[in-house]
Formats: sequence, C-alpha cells, structure tokens
Amino acid sequence: VKFGVVRFPGSCDDVDALQAALRIGDAVMLWHAERDLKGVDAVIIPGGFSYGDYLRAGAIARFAPVMGEVAEFAREGGLVLGICNGFQVLCEAHLLPGALLPNVSLKFLFRQVSLDVMSVDSPFTRACEPGARLSIPVKHMSGRFYAPEEQLDALEASGQVLLRYARGENPNGSLRDIAGVCNEGRNVFGLMPHPEHAVDGLSGSVDGLRIFESMRAHADDRVLA
Amino acid sequence: MRARVLVRPKAGILDPQGQAVERALPALGFTGVRNVHVGRLIELDVEDPQRLPEMCERLLSNPLIEDYQIIEAPE
Repeated sequence: VKFGVVRFPGSCDDVDALQAALRIGDAVMLWHAERDLKGVDAVIIPGGFSYGDYLRAGAIARFAPVMGEVAEFAREGGLVLGICNGFQVLCEAHLLPGALLPNVSLKFLFRQVSLDVMSVDSPFTRACEPGARLSIPVKHMSGRFYAPEEQLDALEASGQVLLRYARGENPNGSLRDIAGVCNEGRNVFGLMPHPEHAVDGLSGSVDGLRIFESMRAHADDRVLA
Repeated sequence: MRARVLVRPKAGILDPQGQAVERALPALGFTGVRNVHVGRLIELDVEDPQRLPEMCERLLSNPLIEDYQIIEAPE
C-alpha cells in the first residue's frame, strides 16, 4: 500500500504521519500546491494549522489545488484519512458531515484518551477487534464535533460514527462523544485523536497502528479484487 | 462598495466564548447582561456586491454552524 501525506503550509504532523505510514507500507509526501496524488492508494490529511487556520480551522486549506484531486479521488472510492486539522479540512470541504467547533473549555487540549471502536465495518477500523478500546492522544483547540440533531441520528443509524470518546473522557464537548466519523461511502474518515502519535511503544501505546493496518488491509483487498 | 459581514454562531449552538464574556462582566460590576454571543466582523471593499452572499456561503462563514449578515457600510 502506498500512502500519500498532504503537506500544507502550517501542517505540523505531516512527518509523523509519514513515519507512521512507513511502518505499514510505502509513503510519500504530497504538496498542497500540486494537482498530483502520485498514484497513491490512500491519502492522509495530517494535523497542524493549515494556512494558519485563519478565519476557521480548515476553511482556507480546503481550496488548495491538491484538494480538488483529493475530492475526485474520494469520489472514485479512494481512501482519505483526515487527522485533527485534516478532519477539520475534510468537514469544510464537505467530504465529511458536521463541523469542529472550539473546545468547550476554550483551552488547548493535549492528553491521552480512551476511544471506543463503534464499528469495525470500515476500511479504517477493520483491523480492530469488535468493541475494542484504543488509547490515542488528542491535541487540539477546536475539536468539538457538531452536527444538527437529525444528522447525528442519521450518522448513528448508518454506522458512520466509527469512534467515540469512552464514557466520561469526552475532552472537548463533542456531541454524542463523537471522536471520528466517516462519509456515507465509508471511504473518507476523520478523527480528532492522533493515531500517528501512537505507533511506537516508547510513547506508551501502539493502538494508532490499527487505523493504518486497516487501511492496508483494504488496499490489499482492492488489489486482489 | 464597502461592506461589513457579521458572522455569528447559530442560535442553539453552545457558544463558550459568549459564556466566558458573560461571566466576566459581573466581575467588573456590569450586572444585568445576558445572551452574550461572540462572532466575527469582516470588512471588505467589493466591486460586485451581488457576489457577497456566495462569498459568505463558501468561505466567510460556515453555514452549518454560523449565520451571516451583510451590511452596506459608508465609504
């Protein structure tokens, strides 16, 4: 599997995302100003502060030249993973439902959280045990997931909520403890926690690898199919 | 045209910034203040004001979470 990590001006977790992906497969960096995905099997929009996060987190990055290619890639069923700022960018780009609002505490958060895997029926969670709990860090200012009530009902009914903060561990006021959602086609996934920061025992947890392993398994299936 | 665009959080969405300001005012002796909300003011000169709503929908606001209001400002 070949991952591509999009680098915007202001991205800061791009190298960690690349290194995490390299543990699982091949990985290359993609430049925001180029309309070229270099033939990758999966795109990662990493964390950081793309274009300074001016106006709203992700609001300007969604118009970067590379994002047109990412949208086309997603329409064709390609895997797109948005982490933290990447999640915000994908919501602003309408590739994912909802929006990420400032944390209720108005504080920047940086802590390890427990996440409940709500569905393993997705290319991003299929390597998890059903009902698994993952330990992965969050670090963000605007991570409060919001969508109108009826949309939240629909997301839950269709199993698009893939990750929830464990009971009592919702760090930011996200509605219904939502930590990660996918699109209807289940090929675009965004989450606020950082799986790329939980891939080495030295940092206390390797649970983040499950996400990348899931994507590899999906890509391998597609090659065989 | 000189325009002002006011962007505010949609009614019903939790606005912790507004709440923080509302809590801070009584500490300064300003009592009797309620329903504080914090939004954003964007000022701009535009050649074609007809395009302002589209600018608001696509970039200046996120219509899922924010309402916008366009005000013509004196030059």
